[in-house]
Amino acid sequence: MRLNIGIDIGSTTVKVVVMEGEKILFKRYERHFSQVRQKTGELLRAARETVGDNPFRVALSGSAGFGLSKAAGIEFIQEVYATSKAVPFFDPDIDVIIELGGEDAKILFLTGGVEERMNGTCAGGTGAFIDQMASLLDVTPGELDQLAAKHEKLYPIASRCGVFAKSDIEPLLNQGARKEDLAASIFQAVVDQTITGLAQGRELKGKIAFLGGPLFFFKGLQERFVETLHLSPENALFPELGQFSVAIGTAFYAGETCPETEMDDLLDRIDKATGGVSATNYLKPLFANEEDYRAFAARHARATVEEREIENYSGNAYLGIDCGSTTTKVVLIAEDDKILYKYYSSNHGNPVSIIREQLIRIRRLCGDRITLCSGVVTGYGEDLIRNAFQVDDGIVETMAHFRAARHFEPDVDFILDIGGQDIKCFKVRNNSIDSIMLNEACSSGCGSFIETFAKSMGYEIADFARRGLFSQYPVDLGSRCTVFMNSSVKQAQKDGASVADISAGLSLSVVKNAIYKVIRAHSPDELGRHIVVQGGTFLNDAVLRSFEREIGRDVIRPNIAGLMGAFGAALYGKGKRQKESGILSLEELEHFTHTAKSVTCKGCANHCPLTVNTFSDGKRFISGNKCEKPLGIQNAEKLPDMYEYKLDLIRGLKSTEGPRGKIGLPLGLNMIENLPFWHAFLSSLGFEVVVSPISTRQTYNLGRYTIPSDTVCYPAKLIHGHIEWLLQQGIDTIFYPCLTYNFDEHKGDNHYNCPVVAYYPETLHANIGALKNVRFLYPYFGVHRPKDFIRHATRFFMDEFPGITRKDVRVAAGAAYAAYAQSRQLVRDKGAEMIRYARSHGKKIAVLCGRPYHIDPEINHGINRLLTSLGMVVISEDCVSDLVEPVKVDVLNQWTYHARLYNAAKYVTQNADMELIQLVSFGCGIDAITTDEVRAILESAGKLYTQLKIDEISNLGAVRIRLRSLLGAVAERETANAARGMANA
Amino acid sequence: MERVVFTEEMKKTHTILVPTMLPVHFNMMVQIMRQHGYKAELLTNDSHAVIEQGLRNVHNDTCYPALLVIGQMIDALESGKYDLHKVALLITQTGGGCRASNYIHLLRKALQKSGYGYIPVISLSFTGLESNPGFKISLPMAVQLVNAVFLGDLLTDLQNQCLPYEIEKGDTAGKVAYWEDYLCGQMGKKPYIPRAQVRKWYDAIIRDFASIPRKKEKKVKVGVVGEIYVKYSPLGNNNLEAFLLQEGAEVVVPGLMGFCLYCVYNTIEDRTLYGGSAGKVALFKLIYNYLTGREKEVIDAVKKEGSFRPSSWFPDEVKLAEGYISHGVKMGEGWLLTAEIVSLVHEGIENVVCTQPFGCLPNHIVGKGMIRTIKEKNPNANIVAVDYDPGASAVNQQNRIKLMLANAQKT
Repeated sequence: MRLNIGIDIGSTTVKVVVMEGEKILFKRYERHFSQVRQKTGELLRAARETVGDNPFRVALSGSAGFGLSKAAGIEFIQEVYATSKAVPFFDPDIDVIIELGGEDAKILFLTGGVEERMNGTCAGGTGAFIDQMASLLDVTPGELDQLAAKHEKLYPIASRCGVFAKSDIEPLLNQGARKEDLAASIFQAVVDQTITGLAQGRELKGKIAFLGGPLFFFKGLQERFVETLHLSPENALFPELGQFSVAIGTAFYAGETCPETEMDDLLDRIDKATGGVSATNYLKPLFANEEDYRAFAARHARATVEEREIENYSGNAYLGIDCGSTTTKVVLIAEDDKILYKYYSSNHGNPVSIIREQLIRIRRLCGDRITLCSGVVTGYGEDLIRNAFQVDDGIVETMAHFRAARHFEPDVDFILDIGGQDIKCFKVRNNSIDSIMLNEACSSGCGSFIETFAKSMGYEIADFARRGLFSQYPVDLGSRCTVFMNSSVKQAQKDGASVADISAGLSLSVVKNAIYKVIRAHSPDELGRHIVVQGGTFLNDAVLRSFEREIGRDVIRPNIAGLMGAFGAALYGKGKRQKESGILSLEELEHFTHTAKSVTCKGCANHCPLTVNTFSDGKRFISGNKCEKPLGIQNAEKLPDMYEYKLDLIRGLKSTEGPRGKIGLPLGLNMIENLPFWHAFLSSLGFEVVVSPISTRQTYNLGRYTIPSDTVCYPAKLIHGHIEWLLQQGIDTIFYPCLTYNFDEHKGDNHYNCPVVAYYPETLHANIGALKNVRFLYPYFGVHRPKDFIRHATRFFMDEFPGITRKDVRVAAGAAYAAYAQSRQLVRDKGAEMIRYARSHGKKIAVLCGRPYHIDPEINHGINRLLTSLGMVVISEDCVSDLVEPVKVDVLNQWTYHARLYNAAKYVTQNADMELIQLVSFGCGIDAITTDEVRAILESAGKLYTQLKIDEISNLGAVRIRLRSLLGAVAERETANAARGMANA
Repeated sequence: MERVVFTEEMKKTHTILVPTMLPVHFNMMVQIMRQHGYKAELLTNDSHAVIEQGLRNVHNDTCYPALLVIGQMIDALESGKYDLHKVALLITQTGGGCRASNYIHLLRKALQKSGYGYIPVISLSFTGLESNPGFKISLPMAVQLVNAVFLGDLLTDLQNQCLPYEIEKGDTAGKVAYWEDYLCGQMGKKPYIPRAQVRKWYDAIIRDFASIPRKKEKKVKVGVVGEIYVKYSPLGNNNLEAFLLQEGAEVVVPGLMGFCLYCVYNTIEDRTLYGGSAGKVALFKLIYNYLTGREKEVIDAVKKEGSFRPSSWFPDEVKLAEGYISHGVKMGEGWLLTAEIVSLVHEGIENVVCTQPFGCLPNHIVGKGMIRTIKEKNPNANIVAVDYDPGASAVNQQNRIKLMLANAQKT
């Protein structure tokens, strides 16, 4: 008997197979909960019965197996390589293997140029991702699969990484989207990620084998793959032993190359294996000793709101509801602000039914003794809950929190709230919110991350947190996004870190994320003197302690840290002095029903997925909309919107047939602003200019398969789709020049384009295979030097298109520069007109800053329309950037588009009725520099700074809160100023 | 924020702190600075505190090298080793459209915020973006710096070619240490060393390394290219070279002179593409010819001795880029990065790690963006792109590199 053993230690599971030739004698697949060595030993002991005393050959594979292989002296084989070894076992005719593991995704092309690929570091996990999403929906992974089978529609969910997907899913959940649809959408996101992130332009065709745990267990995932790739049954292989593929390949490898060994010896080596040299960094323990902890606990016990028994109370009461992204909080306060009733719970993906139960309870408890005077709701689900139960009023989260914090510390000057999904912080000056900072999509998910992580390790959050308090060696897990933290945790586990050490490490990471990424603080003095921390995450003492440690200052954490939003809402309602609340009566509540249905809006080309909630009284509430259209509200007054105007300008460009035939221009990146230039230029030369249409989601889908770098910005990704569109139209000449330099607007030290804008045509040429079959022209031109441009363009076009003369190019260039200048002037003039309109109609003006290509509705996701619906006139940075002297900034001001931002910021500081909102595309490295500068310019003049990070995520839930907070803060500040003005007068 | 100028006074009183990237090269450069009247010191702090300081003081979305360089400097300032009113900081500034040109400004902002706004920061750049009365590179000093780059490149190249094969562990390190010490001593003695002398050193160095007893076995050769800082700095790339060595590979890292020549070349190319002053370009052509001529000397010396693989000549790499990418791509490592990969592959070093900081803008185009085309034209090319940043875990990076190595060993 010639036995081979393959061990595969993945990020979450251990797999062991014992094989004799092609026959599997023994196989086991189990989760290791980070106890890699013990679990491996356990499975091998179980295999002993099969192996007996026979000698065998063994090898080890898997991302978490490297450490053990070294320590125990077992031959290691990289897992993708192992998979390729397993091919003959499954089917020798396989063309492509797609293998998804706990945290890795791989594609192996076996025919037509062998190639093996793994996901990049940013793409995060897949199996772990599905687990995380399942817990978000409050179902087991198995139930998730069952749900997916009953889906009716798919929502677009950002597939790049788990954190992004979560930002899409949570708001959908809160809007009442069906879990069935979400489950299937989650699987679709995994499929999309695999195709865009891994296949990257290589076609997935022929016989495809799907391996790895998730692809074996989740039928829904299988279905999504088959459907998306249009696979016939004989070409889609889901082998029964798919989840053992790496282990099987490893066993084959062992048979070929490894020396014989025996079970006793192997077990002995594994049992004795200790981590070796550790690559993990450790931090100081949170508490020196028990006493230290007791003093800490006693100090925080002082910030307490008292409770009083509701049974013994009669009089007025005020209700506050905080319907957050992952949790629901309810607080009922008495006339003396003491708490009569409180409730905190995970909303289990269905906040409506939870709040209904709570309202029934409260109505019952109140009886006739207590008058419910008002109800106020805040949080993500504000609109839904307000509509469902006729809650009296709504308040923006930030305002609610501020209200509550002031109750504990009237002098509060800094509030930090870490909730399930958000980190929010605000500085307070002169009794009003001075600046608001929220985490961006990328670093979000922090509070719930600890929870999800605790669960994945088999712990309840409270227990998990407690363990962290007394960890002797907290691990340093870094402070980037949670996907990275996942890998860091994996590494720490490899190095033998305990659950306690990881728990403490996670707390520190959450805190560092907040301080360095969101607040961007350098010293505690920058935060403030009277700091209140709140949000459910701060109930975790380890997080609280880490925070105090990191900033070197004591802070106040109210005992109701998790309920502050609801408490603040209740206080706000109380301030309104209302006699009686209009919330549904007990009877109405008992008969209350709620159904949610998903539909696609047909109002415009955006085709937003909508959720229609219907309540028992027949009332409907629609969510997911980006504009007022589906709500049936005829917007009497459409406010001026520069973003729309610019799009209209593009739409208004007409082409005529030309003797030289058609030439295609992709409408993305700098082409959006330079379109008038090239359009005029090429038209004048006798071409019929064909411009790809303004982007939609379909544009992205069309081109996503050829994107070589998944961390490049979304605007760059979109342009792949524009090229594909032109190719589909049969355009055989496509023009998209490389422009190292942009037009010189004399605003800064230089006038570059950013590297991506400047050279993206090179990437398109290198990665879109079909471009080789057409004439793709991407010459290097310098439009900043008209004379040189004419010289170079003459040479280029005369070479490429015989018949074009020097004079033709000169004339064309003249037309191009004139058209460009005219288009810039139009924008300035129209901008001035819009400002006048705003002023004569008493409207606020939003200077929505970004890059020219941020006018693309698929890039800004309709933020401009959201702003006009909130009552602001929207203009863009280039409307006002010429109205001030160039700003001297503290950084090298060398990019044309970015220099406009500084000037626009300066202009906003000089105009009381303007607010600046900066759009930043995720992955834009240069905005890491500009955002700090723009903020500095604004804040030096006492203006609020708002940054919105955008990517393929299309849900505007967080953006809406953000913008409403801004408006709320502005209004509050104006009231305060007016009051001061009166006092002075 | 007013820029603190490095005055002539300060030249006498202030110690200039220089961040590390390539230890051998930078040690020599510091010696040269000392010889030319500057008090200079190379920073060697590389503990985790450097990353911590970086995170604290630089926008976390900024590229990793900025975080590390600035982190290293602030960590040094806070070490208590220096009289803070008697130090200055030196940082390079390439001046292209990449955000790297902004490192110096980010450093100044970080200093300001940490209360060190009074510390002068000196920009070291090809294009003279900022001037400081107290810091001027004279012609002899420039030539000396050029000498240091050639010698440093040669030493590291030979080290890489010997280390995996040495029979007696430590032989190679010993030779490197000896020559580093010797050359630093020589650089510190004279303000200027003639070209002929440097050529004699080349021969002596090559002979000396050739005398190291080496195994004849064949090892997988792995090229390392990428963003200049993470490519070279062990702090930036999680000790990539050591990892590759430990995995049984021979590491091939293109030298620093290539990047210098690339910067010179681009200035010439810029005029061809967009127009500009003829005088400036004439000067750069002179420099170009001088440097490529000297580069040829090193290559010839290696060829003549015969034991080692010579590095590739810059003008050849210029040609290699054709058909892949235009020479107009001049931000970051630009077309050179693509050319270096192609050059390695053509020389039979088909396994390449392409390193970049997470979210590196130029590398979307010149690195990851070109891999497909390179593989199409060179089916044996085996390239893995690895991102580095403070949060990226070594396990993930190593796993991908191991996949590349597994593929390498298969062929």
